[in-house]
Amino acid sequence: MNYKELNLIGSSSPHIRTKVGAGHIMGEVIIALLPALGFAIYNFGPRALVNTLVSMLGCCAFEWAYRALLKKSNTVFDFSAALTGMLIAFVCPVTIPYWILLAGDFFAIVIVKQLFGGVGKNFLNPALAARAFMLSWAGEMSTWVAPRTQTALFGAVDAVTYPTPMAYLHENNLEGLMNTYSLPDMLVGFIGGSIGEVSALLLILGGAWLIFRRIITWHIPVSYIGTVAVLTFLFPRGNDPLTWMLYNVLGGGLILGALFMATDYVTSPVSHTGHVIFGIGCGLITVFIRYFGGYSEGVCYAILMMNLTVWIIDKNIHPHRFGVPKAQKAPKKEAEGK
Amino acid sequence: MAQAFFGGIHPNDHKAATNKKPTETLPPPAQVVIPMSLHIGAPCTPCVAVGDHVRVGQPVGEASAFVSAPVHASVSGTVKAVEPRIHFSGVPVMSVVIENDFNDTPYDRTPPRDPDHLTAEQICEIVKNAGIVGMGGATFPTHVKISSGLGKVDTVIVNASECEAYITSDHRFLLEHPDDVIGGMKVLARLFGVDRVHIAIEDNKANAAEMLKLKIESERAPVVVDILRTRYPQGAEKQLCQSITGRQVPPGALPAAIGCAVFNVFTTAAIYRALYYGEPVTHRIVTVSGSGVVEPKNFYCPIGTPIQDLLDACGGVKKSTFKIIVGGPMMGHAQHDMAAPVGKGTNGVLAFCENEERNIPEPACIRCGKCVSVCPMHLQPVFLYQYEQAGMLAELEQNNILDCIECGSCAYICPGRLHLVQAFRAGKQRINNAKAAAKAAAEKAAKKEQEAAAAKKEGKA
Repeated sequence: MNYKELNLIGSSSPHIRTKVGAGHIMGEVIIALLPALGFAIYNFGPRALVNTLVSMLGCCAFEWAYRALLKKSNTVFDFSAALTGMLIAFVCPVTIPYWILLAGDFFAIVIVKQLFGGVGKNFLNPALAARAFMLSWAGEMSTWVAPRTQTALFGAVDAVTYPTPMAYLHENNLEGLMNTYSLPDMLVGFIGGSIGEVSALLLILGGAWLIFRRIITWHIPVSYIGTVAVLTFLFPRGNDPLTWMLYNVLGGGLILGALFMATDYVTSPVSHTGHVIFGIGCGLITVFIRYFGGYSEGVCYAILMMNLTVWIIDKNIHPHRFGVPKAQKAPKKEAEGK
Repeated sequence: MAQAFFGGIHPNDHKAATNKKPTETLPPPAQVVIPMSLHIGAPCTPCVAVGDHVRVGQPVGEASAFVSAPVHASVSGTVKAVEPRIHFSGVPVMSVVIENDFNDTPYDRTPPRDPDHLTAEQICEIVKNAGIVGMGGATFPTHVKISSGLGKVDTVIVNASECEAYITSDHRFLLEHPDDVIGGMKVLARLFGVDRVHIAIEDNKANAAEMLKLKIESERAPVVVDILRTRYPQGAEKQLCQSITGRQVPPGALPAAIGCAVFNVFTTAAIYRALYYGEPVTHRIVTVSGSGVVEPKNFYCPIGTPIQDLLDACGGVKKSTFKIIVGGPMMGHAQHDMAAPVGKGTNGVLAFCENEERNIPEPACIRCGKCVSVCPMHLQPVFLYQYEQAGMLAELEQNNILDCIECGSCAYICPGRLHLVQAFRAGKQRINNAKAAAKAAAEKAAKKEQEAAAAKKEGKA
């Protein structure tokens, strides 16, 4: 056989790679969010689905257009833009006008992500940064409808603001909250709020799927939710620490944020030690904002603030060097210090 | 069953293609090319001339330094050329080309009279003269390993883990020649004065482990079989020492530093054959496999066989083959010339025609940290890559890039498809170049100073 006819490549080892690429990972996260989306459609009507699709398509379109304009490769099919779009829709109320959604999509994809170099280079979570930006339309962003309401797809929305659990918690009104929403309602998701954050149960299901598929690890979600749980249990507002703690954990965007936003690869540390520090930091800031802030929810800003610390966390965590005994390491550092 | 080392990966091992196929003897090649560099260390000096007749096992290259090992003719015939020829590392290497006369006339072998009662020095000498090197792929001269480990080693490990995918040569060898391996382990036990020698086998080779256990029991051999979890790079020397003893080899050191010595199964058997039969290393088993190979097989073939003979004996390769590798898929060398010969450490020849590499036009890091969680050397490839791309050599060195064993786990797992190993090889090279340049500059400055001082003295005088 004549081997000269083959088109052979010469390149560095390794010569095999796992099938799991960036697109697979983003796709799995989108799949993990589908149960929560299904519940949102049930809870808020088809508008929840339309919002999500509009936002996903919007993000993909901005990603494609920006890169086509600058003659860069098309990265729509790594699905990271689609995931960002899905998360943006998830952190907005169902009544959000479509144009605000698209403005958020633009901010997330073009300003936060592409201007910093595209996938992997942004230092803020694009979806949360977009949410922070969209809060410029404070009224639209905090118009909540009651659970199990069908919202019209178009036209003006009755500006009836229905109190979310976070509003009660912010007023330290645990009793009012307990009368409005029972704990099982909180768990399953028959509550008011952003479309993707209401069903804690289905979000946890999705998160468990991601942990099972080794897309994410338990470190950030457990340390984040754990910190919030411990703090709210130790410093309850009211005389029932356990109930106060449970409402704080299940209410607002904590579960969605801890499982799907704080675990974003690009904007979280790379080591497990870093993950735990990051999670604890998110938890501390979340509780701080919820307790002392003017705004009732702290998850979004907590994660954004911790995003800014990732660089310093990563820089200061060094794995134990192979072949260097752990006991010897400490005195050496001391000697250096002297 | 333990997996004591951190990280690692578990690719589909594809061993089923060849692990049940008995080794076939390759039809004798018309010509073999014996490179003078079949080991790590100083290349050999050819000791035959064009036109000489050589016999199987006759030395054709002499070791020129301590860290070196002689090379031997693997067929009998006439020396056709002594010239640089293509080597599986990709560059031409001084080689002895022998035209096969197909008689396989053996060279005079004089096995030691009393192989059971040799001193360590004598064993080292025999091992050196037999050209024995680490036949798992690293090809470190075995006599150096033995002499540098004597007196320090308390754990002797025979490496049959064969963690590279596709490769089944160690596995087949164990099944087909267990007596040679056990014989070699007895020698090692005596040599290092240990009660028992460990043989490390991954659990995907359970039949070999069972067979060995039965044999060891009936022979009362000083051997213990350690079954390890199938996990790449279980067979890497440092990781294997860690799996068996829990000890970690210090940076820049050899396993002897922690009392370990690791020998490949072929190497172990070669020591036995050299001591008891006077045979040098002339043949080995090579697995020919991969999606591009028409019929994957294991071959017993002379060292120096051109890899195209091996591929031809498997019915050739498919038209769509885009890569041919000597070695395993994780650490092997891609080949461009099929005249490259089989070396002492060549355990496989692979041809790929499907999209095994999964390269993408624009690799991008998504900071997932998977590379950190698989690195068996506790490195952070994600940051090393950034430092390398930015040319930050000081940071690269501070973050221990020189500890990298180039196992490829990080590049294998990378969803952004970065060329991590390639970048780290380049980074290491740049650091070493910079060090060499700094050393040369310092020497030059010292010389100048000396000259100036001498001139001053002269002037005074």
